[in-house]
Amino acid sequence: MQHEYQDILVSDVSSGVLTITLNRPEAYNALRTQLLSEIASVLQQVTHDDAVRAVVVTGSEKVFAAGADIKEMAALDTVGVLNDPRVLHWRTIAQFPKPLIAAVNGFALGGGCELVMHADIVIAGDNAQFGQPEINLGIIPGAGGTQRLLRTVGKSMAMQLVLSGEFISAQQARDFGLISEVTIPERTLERATALARKIATKPPIAVRQAKEVLLKAYDTTLESGLTLERKAFTLLAATEDRNEGIAAFMEKRKPNFTGK
Amino acid sequence: MAYETIEFAITDGVAVLTLNRPDRMNSFNTQMHAEVRDALKQVKKSDEARCLLITGNGRGFCAGQDLSDRNVAPGAEMPNLGESIEQNYNPLIRSLQALEMPVICAVNGVAAGAGANIAFACDIVLAARSASFIQAFCKIGLVPDSGGTWTLPRLVGHARATALTMLGDKISAEQAMAWGMIWKCVDDEALQAEAQSMARHLATQPTKGLAFIKRALQASWNNSFDEQLDLERDLQTLAGRTEDYREGVSAFMDKRQPTFKGK
Repeated sequence: MQHEYQDILVSDVSSGVLTITLNRPEAYNALRTQLLSEIASVLQQVTHDDAVRAVVVTGSEKVFAAGADIKEMAALDTVGVLNDPRVLHWRTIAQFPKPLIAAVNGFALGGGCELVMHADIVIAGDNAQFGQPEINLGIIPGAGGTQRLLRTVGKSMAMQLVLSGEFISAQQARDFGLISEVTIPERTLERATALARKIATKPPIAVRQAKEVLLKAYDTTLESGLTLERKAFTLLAATEDRNEGIAAFMEKRKPNFTGK
Repeated sequence: MAYETIEFAITDGVAVLTLNRPDRMNSFNTQMHAEVRDALKQVKKSDEARCLLITGNGRGFCAGQDLSDRNVAPGAEMPNLGESIEQNYNPLIRSLQALEMPVICAVNGVAAGAGANIAFACDIVLAARSASFIQAFCKIGLVPDSGGTWTLPRLVGHARATALTMLGDKISAEQAMAWGMIWKCVDDEALQAEAQSMARHLATQPTKGLAFIKRALQASWNNSFDEQLDLERDLQTLAGRTEDYREGVSAFMDKRQPTFKGK
């Protein structure tokens, strides 16, 4: 990637996977506007880059992201919050059509936890802690924390986290379905990358359709969701990769997907 | 911090923490908790320490909580024991378990109540033949704490753990060894020398590898077999990247004694 970033590191694409590393160690990777805009900008760029099949987002071995930038937030009045460009950056991240995998070690709090919930799959180190401590500052989560959390972990745990500001461990987060795997911190990124690489070998149109209909399940009725699933399923019947996938299976060979 | 209720020193890679309230059977009061906490922090920070040895001065190892610290006068407000556990005992047990080096306990005499369970939270327990272990909690209406109800069933099985904790019988060091509650019981006069020599040996071993072993064994209590296989793979990956592994293999090939650095 040609760009120089202030707040993140962006890897070269390797085996179809691009890695974004949050890199503000002096601020525990607090998600200031600059950082969010950089993530959004990278995702926007790679949306149309066929070489990128999946993106991994990670922090350091000690901290994923400890929240929003409080100083920056304190400077905003109501009108300022209304015009906050961060909303657009979050939307860009939410609408990224390719798989986004988070590798989380240490604290994922506030905006950090919300970024985790924007990811499609989350792998966490056993030192990870998740929480929405906004309530302690007299505010509430503002990037989907109340909505995605409720849909993911259910009402009681979502209320507990949001109203009390308490943190949960990686094990608890897995028990509640917030994340899918717990590993040792030294291997979190490796595992997330391996998973991303595996997904990168799958037919990209099918992956994209699957992600889209899965996410639609959050805000449609089952009946509409099933209809959408059927449409996507039908659509895939027109792709070369589907024919290749089925042919390779019948012929007991490895498929060669082209993304068409 | 100048210590009054413990002795503490790091020599030749071995950190020795000696509980030192012999007139009170080394029972814990708030000051001793603070001093132990401080000493453990130093062990953790130290570049030199590669093994921790815990023992007691006098005839007892540790009688648990100093009951004279507890206000139980009629009419007085009931003490909040949970708070003391949250502030003192649980952090102590957690830091012993989290310490990334072997922790040896030399039980020189009676280990009662939390004193017994602190010993069981260490990695290798040696005991003097005259030492004993008592889950004394039931005798004063309490529940074993400091991990006792978790550790004991795993060490000796449910039936023995239940009787031990409900009857509060004194178990001799020999019995404790026979039941697998501790590693070994030795003659009284040999205890400190044997514990020291074990600690000195461990301090020359591949510390990271030992810390990974400790982590894997601890995790095994909570993991499924599949999860444990994955964890072994991951920890072995890390162990395979240590300098000590390289040294170990090369010393083996060269037929010489390895020199481990704990890295």
